[in-house]
Amino acid sequence: MSSEVRFTDFKSDKQPTWCPGCGDFGTMNGMMKALANTGNHPDETFIVAGIGCSGKIGTYMHSYALHGVHGRALPVGTGVKLANPDLEVMVAGGDGDGYSIGAGHFVHAVRRNVDMTYVVMDNRIYGLTKGQFSPTSREDFETSTSPDGTMMAPVNPLALALAAGATFIAQSFSSDALRHAEIIEEAIEHDGFGFVNVYSPCVTFNDVDTYDYFRDSLVDLQEEGHDPTDDDAAKEIILDADREYQGVIYQDEDSVPYSERHGLDENMANVPDGAPDGAMDLVREFY
Amino acid sequence: MPDDFNWAIGGEAGDGIDSTGKIFAQALSRAGRHVYTSKDFASRIRGGYTAYKIRTSTERIESVVDRLDVLIALTQRTVDENLEELHDGSVIIYDGERTEMEDFEAPEGTTGLDVPLTRLAKEAGGEIMRNVVALGAACEVTTFPIEHLDSSLEKRFGGKGESIVENNRTAARLGRDYVREEYSDDFGYDLDTTEEDYVLLNGDEAIGMGAIAAGCTFYAGYPITPATDVMTYLTGRIDRFGGHVIQAEDELSAINMALGAARAGARSMTATSGPGIDLMTETFGLVATSETPLVIVDVMRSGPSTGMPTKQEQGDLNMLLYGGHGEVPRFVVAPTTVAECFHKTVEAFNLAEKYQTPVFLVADLSLAVTEQTVSPDEFDMDAIEIDRGKVVNESGIDEWLDEEGRFTPHANTDDGVSPRALPGTIGGAHMSTGLEHDELGRRTESTEVRIEQVEKRQRKVESAEREEDWTPREFGDPEADTLVISWGSTEGPAREAMEFLDEDVRFISVPYVFPRPDLSEAIDDAENVIVVECNATGQFADLIEHDALVRVDRINKYDGVRFKADELAAEIRETLRPATGSSTEVTAE
Repeated sequence: MSSEVRFTDFKSDKQPTWCPGCGDFGTMNGMMKALANTGNHPDETFIVAGIGCSGKIGTYMHSYALHGVHGRALPVGTGVKLANPDLEVMVAGGDGDGYSIGAGHFVHAVRRNVDMTYVVMDNRIYGLTKGQFSPTSREDFETSTSPDGTMMAPVNPLALALAAGATFIAQSFSSDALRHAEIIEEAIEHDGFGFVNVYSPCVTFNDVDTYDYFRDSLVDLQEEGHDPTDDDAAKEIILDADREYQGVIYQDEDSVPYSERHGLDENMANVPDGAPDGAMDLVREFY
Repeated sequence: MPDDFNWAIGGEAGDGIDSTGKIFAQALSRAGRHVYTSKDFASRIRGGYTAYKIRTSTERIESVVDRLDVLIALTQRTVDENLEELHDGSVIIYDGERTEMEDFEAPEGTTGLDVPLTRLAKEAGGEIMRNVVALGAACEVTTFPIEHLDSSLEKRFGGKGESIVENNRTAARLGRDYVREEYSDDFGYDLDTTEEDYVLLNGDEAIGMGAIAAGCTFYAGYPITPATDVMTYLTGRIDRFGGHVIQAEDELSAINMALGAARAGARSMTATSGPGIDLMTETFGLVATSETPLVIVDVMRSGPSTGMPTKQEQGDLNMLLYGGHGEVPRFVVAPTTVAECFHKTVEAFNLAEKYQTPVFLVADLSLAVTEQTVSPDEFDMDAIEIDRGKVVNESGIDEWLDEEGRFTPHANTDDGVSPRALPGTIGGAHMSTGLEHDELGRRTESTEVRIEQVEKRQRKVESAEREEDWTPREFGDPEADTLVISWGSTEGPAREAMEFLDEDVRFISVPYVFPRPDLSEAIDDAENVIVVECNATGQFADLIEHDALVRVDRINKYDGVRFKADELAAEIRETLRPATGSSTEVTAE
């Protein structure tokens, strides 16, 4: 079946309402291509979407999906994947969803290393609420709620992931369609939590972190010959505040995903018709 | 009540009070006696005082009483804390060689037995067995056959090797023999044994066992008193049945993990207490609008805010009924006894899956941490029925496709319940969302679709009201003029309070808060209606008044301590015959 799947099979017939030129179009196309290229099927794929412009992605893609509560997409994805390890689980959200309201979940999802992919559409702005600063906005970024700049250092999501013990850290640019899809593909194939921060520009409310800005400043790590298994090199890249990088920055080749550590390989959707065999032993324990 | 015996061991937190109490409770249970336990955690006096109390009888008991017959006091404070419960004839076992007990004098009328617990324990092989020496002494005082204690010690220490078990047996005998030799008195206590078979468990454990019996394989939770035991019970056990327990980073995550697992098709549950429910409230609406079957357990404790974490209250009812913005269709089920914690958990899973809604299972501290004897016949695993509702497989999908061949997870059906395709089902791919949506699960702001979906979700509740059995539990005299109504855990003390009353009482215990049985007729038939609950404002009484359009009398208790049968009987009496000038609303000490 998988050989017949084309990336358009992951597209729903609902037309996106994103602004023309929004980075999320490219981000989504890459996700669909990567899912198809890695042999997944819409009926065996589960997309969890957060809240915000990015959260609409579940509607525009075709698969099993849940569009949940703001910031809680990762816990939902965790539950889905542990309950049915056969499903391909992809969680998608924005920088507000992942690094602000859901920051606590991000850290712990990284630690757990559940075998799923986390795509963050990072536009460094709150778009759906019409332009307030986000956790990744620059310190001097002026918005309706930061007239003099945020006066705070932006969150470095890659460093956050690194500090939490991530086994796969990558970054891509939604406009570089080929590389973006390749990077998502590598995240899908990673045994564990595949984290990709995607630069996904907001053309309406962010006139600083634009397509031109990323095009001019991005360094492609593949071209640089970066070795993602080199811890020290990865740390240097992640902590380098002067440049923007694209590529797989860090990968632990010995990563053992949560399900494997806990011996979870059954589909929990299979529920017996009555109490499970051996349930009476539970009563005997209380004698 | 004949053969009603009350025992306690108390000391500092860290003295092994809980495990010692549990060993004695188990011994009594194995001797065929009913056991009802309670725990004093904190105190009226500040400090680390803790006590494990056991009420035991050869007859059924469902509550605690204000009485203590034998007390093992490891500290002076233990005695001070229980002065009101002690009476003429009470026996206090203490260790006069312990520094702080050197000058101990038993309160007037009680008998103090000075037993060198630590010295005898060392003789048996280690100081750590001090409490077991005291248990041996208690056996002698109550003429309770020590063999039952042996059997309990075997259960507790069997895993640590035969020599440990043997040392403990020796320690118990040293305690027994010391009392026998030094105090030859008859203390007037005689604990009979029976041939009855009982198991001993608490409400949290019963909920956990009920979940496994119901086929639950996924539990996500965050530790919180007094719900933690549900999680610790399931950990290691649910795995044997192909399940998994995950400790989330907070309750926001726990309920969303549980929701995710339920979307994937697992029977899924989370449990918490009030403060955790506050956080989880965020997700109630999503569970309801995405039509996800989920069991959410609230083991209530005293609120608001951090309140009194180790104290009893039935204060979360309004939050469970109304919590969450917008209107959230849901069920609220309140088990009334430890055994019912098991049955109602199974029922909650079936309700959740049949109607694809959140189901709140609301217990409280008095059920959760009370070890109680139950006949093992109550837990008949062969009688468990699983109803997964309208799950459709690949061959059934076709029936639920729209004209363009798309699956309709929120199809507008007569009973309000839509087909459910579990992920992996070919042809069933669909999205669900917290946004208002059409039959396909896609966002809509169309007024017609909005009305259709609101009514469809509401219709599920109406269908359940019609299809399911919401009959309350009834006790006493159905013809009596006085009707007492309670919900949840208050059944035990209320049922037993009836035995203390001279007047006939009809007692209705309600395990279903929403939907709930219509009690209007019973209320019309009665001259006096009293609603009893552990909260200050009478949240359930408000519902009853609303349903029946009458005013009822209320007995409310909000001091953090569960109702005691004798105390409640006195309050019912006073409510029926109020002293001049007193209010009908009586608040217990």
